[in-house]
Amino acid sequence: MVAVAPETLGGLPLDPHAPLLDVKDLKVEFRLDVGTVHAVNGLSYTLHAGETIAILGESGSGKSVSAQAVMGIIDSPPGFVTGGSVRYRGVDLLQLPDSERRLVRGNRIAMIFQDALTALNPVFPVGWQIAEMFRVHRGVSKKQARERAIELMERVKIPSARERIDSYPHEFSGGMRQRVMIALALSLDPEILIADEPTTALDVTVQAQIMNLLAELQADTGMGLILITHDLGVVAEVASSVVVMYAGRAVEKGEIGALYHAPAHPYTIGLMDSIPRHDLHLERLTPIVGSPPDLMAIPSGCAFRTRCPYAQERCVTDVPELEPVGEDRLAACHFWEEVQRDRAGG
Amino acid sequence: MGRYLARRVLQFIPVFFGATLLIFVMVWVIPGDPIRALGGDRRLSESVVQAMRAQFNLDDPLFIQYFKYIGGVFRGDFGTDFSGRPVLDLMQQRLPVTIRLALLAFVFEVIIGIIAGIVAGIRKGGFLDNLVLTSTLVVIAIPIFVLGFVAQIVFGVQLGWFPVSGIRQGWTSYLLPAIVLGSLSLAYIARLTRASLAENLRADYVRTATAKGLSRRRVVGVHTLRNSMIPVVTFLAIDLGGLMGGAIITETIFNIPGLGRAVFEGVQGQEGTVVVGIVTFLVIVYMVANLLVDVLYAVLDPRIRYE
Amino acid sequence: MSDPGIRSDEIAVEPDVDGEAVVPDGELEPTSERAGSLWADAWRQLRRKPLFLISAGLIVLMVVIAIWPGLFTSVDPRDCRLENSLLRPSAEHWFGTDLQGCDYYALTIHGARVSISIGILVTIFATLIAIVFGSIAGYYGGVIDSIIARITDIWFAIPVILGGIVILNLFRQRGVLQVSFVLILLGWPTMLRLVRSSVLSAKEMDYVDAARALGIKNARIIRRHILPNSLAPVIVYATITVGVIISAEAALSFLGVGLQLPSISWGLMISEAQNRIRSAPHLLLFPGLFLSVTVFSFILMGDALRDALDPRLR
Repeated sequence: MVAVAPETLGGLPLDPHAPLLDVKDLKVEFRLDVGTVHAVNGLSYTLHAGETIAILGESGSGKSVSAQAVMGIIDSPPGFVTGGSVRYRGVDLLQLPDSERRLVRGNRIAMIFQDALTALNPVFPVGWQIAEMFRVHRGVSKKQARERAIELMERVKIPSARERIDSYPHEFSGGMRQRVMIALALSLDPEILIADEPTTALDVTVQAQIMNLLAELQADTGMGLILITHDLGVVAEVASSVVVMYAGRAVEKGEIGALYHAPAHPYTIGLMDSIPRHDLHLERLTPIVGSPPDLMAIPSGCAFRTRCPYAQERCVTDVPELEPVGEDRLAACHFWEEVQRDRAGG
Repeated sequence: MGRYLARRVLQFIPVFFGATLLIFVMVWVIPGDPIRALGGDRRLSESVVQAMRAQFNLDDPLFIQYFKYIGGVFRGDFGTDFSGRPVLDLMQQRLPVTIRLALLAFVFEVIIGIIAGIVAGIRKGGFLDNLVLTSTLVVIAIPIFVLGFVAQIVFGVQLGWFPVSGIRQGWTSYLLPAIVLGSLSLAYIARLTRASLAENLRADYVRTATAKGLSRRRVVGVHTLRNSMIPVVTFLAIDLGGLMGGAIITETIFNIPGLGRAVFEGVQGQEGTVVVGIVTFLVIVYMVANLLVDVLYAVLDPRIRYE
Repeated sequence: MSDPGIRSDEIAVEPDVDGEAVVPDGELEPTSERAGSLWADAWRQLRRKPLFLISAGLIVLMVVIAIWPGLFTSVDPRDCRLENSLLRPSAEHWFGTDLQGCDYYALTIHGARVSISIGILVTIFATLIAIVFGSIAGYYGGVIDSIIARITDIWFAIPVILGGIVILNLFRQRGVLQVSFVLILLGWPTMLRLVRSSVLSAKEMDYVDAARALGIKNARIIRRHILPNSLAPVIVYATITVGVIISAEAALSFLGVGLQLPSISWGLMISEAQNRIRSAPHLLLFPGLFLSVTVFSFILMGDALRDALDPRLR
């Protein structure tokens, strides 16, 4: 029978006082025939119990890949984690063999994905898939596992859980399916939940329900939540702090309110300005000029310079590092003061 | 599920009557005298011709002919050969042999084919994968009768590992013919399993299963395998038709006195009615098998049940 | 294959006499262009692949042998001397001789014509039938589709070899035409199903809805938008089918219901070889080899085409 909460991992003791997750300078690349894709280029963040971090970025920013690196589920080859550390309670997961990481995966750190229809196995009933967690990780009997699965489905508010436990994924609506995935992820009481675009495939009203559910569950369990999304609206509701990613790096970090109020990076401003808002009577949306960078050929210096109205010569040669731009706020832009000033004035 | 089954059965019925009618029409409604055509070069006396005509109701209008014929089929009456011997007798005598051969071939092709496909699919691009791909391609390309003769010469005569013909050596005499018979299907099964597995390994649910902390073995062996088997099962149904044709050839080469060889003998011996009778029977078997596989498909893939 | 064939900013729609909007031909070029680039890409890839080159080379060789057997042998395959019966391969008779004393090399060379012509003939006709009826069935759906699907099911229920035996057994004269006819009759269902499912998935694509919304006539939609995009699997399958048909004809001839003497067919040659395998293996070996290589090259070509035309399958 597998230990429920391993006090040691890979022979190293887990530190109850260390942050839940401490990612430092994570680097991931994909080596393809046509070139190397630099998906993540030095990402760092820290997650504590009860906290919610939102990782915000467009497609191709590296946000999903970084999460997969934390979980250790990147297909390797062609993907390789080439640098940095991912410390779970002080223990660097990247240094552990896969057999040890499997003890953590699903058990201590869980993940839910965007499209529940394809993320769930279509040929097994949902109850079976949830119960599998108990059967495999806890060695529980089939009957008991089934009962626990029903409890979980009720916990995520799936109506008639007992009757629907033997239904298949395609028999549920989108929102219900996502709840099934959440139930699955929470089955072993993980300390960290990573939600990769959990609401992108859902209708707006259902989105709100799912986000509320996640918030409730987090309050109940005190787990850490990493929310990966491109949707600013979702972020505003749930997260305490935000990490804005571009071309595989964090370009701005900080507490949500302050960041929205006074963004310090041109990309963040670009993101904010490109959403329709009915409270400002805008005539047109301002999209960010240009397109996301080709991760096989990331521009030198600051990767955003090709689309940035503030770009100057320095941006071509010097890679901007994250600097403090306010209380508990960091931004990676050479001209952040100007950016903030213009924003405040304009 | 019930509705799906009902629909499948409902679709089966017109196809059943359609196919048997088609064979019937092609045989009996050709220009000229069908009896003489079935007899080939045989010289037939008037009395024999008249007797045959009566047996097959050739003086009745076409549809009555057909219904009497089908009625007969349901009772096991497949007509007689030109000596008056009921085709059913011949079939009863030969069927068990063919069943043994086919079963052996089937077990062989399914087990080895699926295993080969899994091994190739998991290690895509590796040595084993290329080995499987090349060998299956070669087997597919070489016509079964060439393969049969070569196998007979090499493994039977020169190496002496297997009996060369007939069924006198008990079940071992079925071995080599079964391997030859199953080889073509094995090649297809291996390729299909490989492709299906490779595709499924890239599916989203595999990522979820891995994220659940399941071992690779479980992810592949339980989660992907079930999904990968679905197209293979469908293929097995269609393949049965090929297996029947292959049985005719294999039994001829290895001198196995089964139903397939009976067809060949019917052709050689100008016994057209025997040929038609046995083929009709085989076609019916083929259709029923396809229906059964459709049902199996619904068991394996719950999404189908609601179509 | 999701590839929008229409770039909306380039289309000028003119109403024609009936008031139904008709898009001038020129503006629809984008489809053929995009489809064209799929073929262009494929061709570029194929040119470099050894498998494609080998199979193409073999096919060309076999076709040349079929069309101009005289290039490869000046011996008349029917010039048979009984005193030369069953000779082993030698300098004079490269492949030996058969029972009648005919030069086996000449026979094998001449046997190519019949096999390959049947293979190509049957495939062309079966594919044509399949394309016409398959696209009608797939595109229009409804009752037409049901009828065509049912008829296809009925034909499909009769396996090729079995059906071939029954029907051909009734023919007194079995030449290339008769055998081809029967194989076309039994071969079109599989091809039709393929075309139909290809068309069905092409139909789902958004660009078809766009074309319809622009008022383009159905026939044109099928011809210009759906077919080019669903053609790839058909081409792959047709190539493989040539090999399968060649194999089937040989099998039928072997069983005695295919071609008859005096036709020269590899299947027939093998059938005559069966009683003398141990004493005269060359009788089996050479036609068997040529047959296998021919079928192999078509199937290999089909595989190479499939890899090039659908990158997902790699």
